[in-house]
Amino acid sequence: MSRIEARFAELKKQNRAAFVPFITAGDPDAETSFAIMEKLPAMGADLIELGAPFSDPMADGPAVQAASLRALKSGATMHKTLEMVRRFRKTDQKTPVILMGYYNPIHHYGTAKFARDAGAAGVDGLITVDLPPEEDEVLRVPANAHGIDIVRLLAPTTNDHRLKTVLRGASGFLYYVSVAGVTGTKTFDASEVEAALRRIHAASPLPCCVGFGIRTPEQAGQIARFADGAVVGSAIVSRIAALCANGAKPAELIKDITDFCKSLADSVHAARR
Amino acid sequence: MNDRSNSLRSGPDPDGHFGAYGGRFVAETLMPLVLDLEKAYEDAKNDPKFHAELNGLLKDYVGRPNPLYYAERLTQHLGGAKIYLKREDLNHTGAHKINNCLGQILLALRMGKTRIIAETGAGQHGVATATVAARFGLPCIVYMGEVDIERQKPNVFRMNLLGAEVRGVSSGSRTLKDAMNEAIRDWVANVHDTFYIIGSAAGMHPYPMMVRDFQCVIGDEIKAQMLAVENKLPDLVVACVGGGSNAIGTFHPFLDDSSVEIHGVEAAGEGVNTHRQAATLTKGTPGVLHGSRSYLLQDNDGQIEEAHSISAGLDYPGVGPEHSWLKDQGRVKYFSATDKEAMEAFTTLSKVEGIIPALESAHALAHVMRIAPTMPKDAAIAVTLSGRGDKDVFTAAAALGVKI
Repeated sequence: MSRIEARFAELKKQNRAAFVPFITAGDPDAETSFAIMEKLPAMGADLIELGAPFSDPMADGPAVQAASLRALKSGATMHKTLEMVRRFRKTDQKTPVILMGYYNPIHHYGTAKFARDAGAAGVDGLITVDLPPEEDEVLRVPANAHGIDIVRLLAPTTNDHRLKTVLRGASGFLYYVSVAGVTGTKTFDASEVEAALRRIHAASPLPCCVGFGIRTPEQAGQIARFADGAVVGSAIVSRIAALCANGAKPAELIKDITDFCKSLADSVHAARR
Repeated sequence: MNDRSNSLRSGPDPDGHFGAYGGRFVAETLMPLVLDLEKAYEDAKNDPKFHAELNGLLKDYVGRPNPLYYAERLTQHLGGAKIYLKREDLNHTGAHKINNCLGQILLALRMGKTRIIAETGAGQHGVATATVAARFGLPCIVYMGEVDIERQKPNVFRMNLLGAEVRGVSSGSRTLKDAMNEAIRDWVANVHDTFYIIGSAAGMHPYPMMVRDFQCVIGDEIKAQMLAVENKLPDLVVACVGGGSNAIGTFHPFLDDSSVEIHGVEAAGEGVNTHRQAATLTKGTPGVLHGSRSYLLQDNDGQIEEAHSISAGLDYPGVGPEHSWLKDQGRVKYFSATDKEAMEAFTTLSKVEGIIPALESAHALAHVMRIAPTMPKDAAIAVTLSGRGDKDVFTAAAALGVKI
C-alpha cells in the first residue's frame, strides 16, 4: 500500500478530511523552507504539497509566482527540491509528499530520470499543472513504475465527457480546483463545490481534495465537511512574503507559518465532529 | 495539389503536434475551452460565409492585397539578387498582425464571446486587437509588459485611443512572455465569456495552426504577385522570426516548392553568444512553455531565460512549434541578426527606398543585405516587411544617440 493510500485509509477510519498545506521548496531559502516542512506533520499536515519552483507559473496567481521567484532567487533547482524531500524522508516515512509544478523543469530533467530520482527521494505524487491527460503518458508511465501517483486536476469547466478522460490513468487522489481562475484570487462557492464533489465521487473511488481559494481556517473547515482534503497554498505563501517584507528572522517566520498551519489543521480536523 | 502524405503543409496532427512539437500543455480549467475553440475553428474553416466575410474585411478594411514592391534602389545598392518587399507595413494598423486578428474576432463572434483579451510585445498585435475590437464593438484588455510599455509609448496611446484598456505586467522580465502569462491567467479566470486573441503562431493548439492559416494570405499573395511580374517563384523568401507569425504566413505556401529556399531571421540582440539575445532556434533547446513544446531559451534547470532584442516584437524566449519542426526537418534555415545589424538595415532602407521598416522587419532585411550580394542578378528574393517603423522612432533615435 502506498503512503497516499495508507494515509487516506487512516483518515477514512477516523472520519476526517486531510489538511494539505502547500509550500514552495526553497521559499524563502532552502534551510527555512526545510525547517517549515519538517514541522508540518506535527502541526497537523496529513499530506504535504511541495511546489517545485518555475519561472513562469501561468496557472498560479501572484502569491505563488512570487514564492517561486523568491525560491529561484535563493538558488532553488529541481535537484535541490528532490534533495529536500530526501532529507524529509530521513525522519518521516508516513506523510505523503506531492510535488506540484510545471512540466518544463521535469521535461528538461528528463522524464525517466526524474521519475527514478523522485521515487528514490520519497515523492509520492505529482501534480503537473500544464500536463493534461492527453499529454502526460510520457511522465505517467515512468512515474507509476517508480511508485509515484499522477494526481489529476478537475475544474469547474470539466464536463462529464471530459471527466472520463481525466479519470483514466488517475491514481492516488484527485484534486478539484474549486474556482475557475488562478490560485489565490477568487473565493469558492461552497454549495457549488459540494455539488461538484458529489459528481466526482459518483464517478471515481479515489479520494478528492479541494484547493484554490481556501484562505482561512473557517473556509478550510467548510470544505473539510464534504471533501477528502483541503489544500491551502496562497494564504501560506502570502504570509511568508509579508514576513520577509517585514524583515522577520527565520525562527519567527517558521513559528508564524507553523502556527498558522496548526490553526488550519485544527479547523479541518474538527469539521465533521 | 500535392499529395498530403508527402506534403510539408499537412501538419499539425489532430492533437496539434508538428512532429515532436506543439500540443496542448494547458491547465485542466482551460482544456475544455481549448477543445471547444478547436471545434469552432474547424466549423468556421469549412464555412464559405466565414471566408467571404473575412476576405471582404481584408480587402476593404485592411487594404489587401498589399503590393509586392520591387526595391530597385536597394537592389542596386547591394548589387546582387532582385529584392522584392512584401508590404505588410501598408496594411491598416501598419503591420501583418491585423490579418490574424480579424480572423480570430470573427471566430469569437461565432462562439458568442463578448470580451476580448490579448498580449502584446511591440504593441503591434495589441493595436491590431484593439482595432478589431473597436470595429466589432467588443471590450478589449491588452496585457503588456512594463518594459515594453516604456519603449512603445506611441502604441500604448493608440490602443487607449481605440478604446482598449492596457494592463501593465510587472512580473518576471516584464516583457512579452510575462504579458502572455498574464493573458492566460485572465483567460483561466474568465473562461465563460472571454476570447483570447493570440498574436503569434505560438501557444497551445489550435492557435499555432489557426494563426498560421490566417497569416498565409501573405505567402499566397507573394506567390501570385511574383508569378505575375517575374513569371517564376522567388528563389528565396525571408522573414523575421520572434514567435513567428509573419514568417510562418510567408513560408507555409512555399514549403512544398522545392526550388524556393526559405530563411527565417531571429534576433541575436547583442550577439548570439551573449545572454542578451532572443535567437531561440539558433541557441535554444526543446521545452514546454505557454501551451506547446518548442525550442526555448532556458537554463540548465529548465527555468525560462529572459530574451533580449532591440525590437520588442522579437523579444520572446520561445518560438512557434511549426518553426521548430521546420528547423529539424531542414526545410527552413534559421539565421540571426544583431541589434546593430538591424539598426543598419533600418537606416539603409529608410535612406535608399524611403521606407522606414519596423525594427522587427529590419532583422529580415539585415539578412537580405548580407545574402543578396552573394546571389546572381537574375535571382529574386521576397522579403516580408512585416510592419512599419513609425512606432520605433524613439528606440531607433536612442540607439543612434539622437535626442528627440
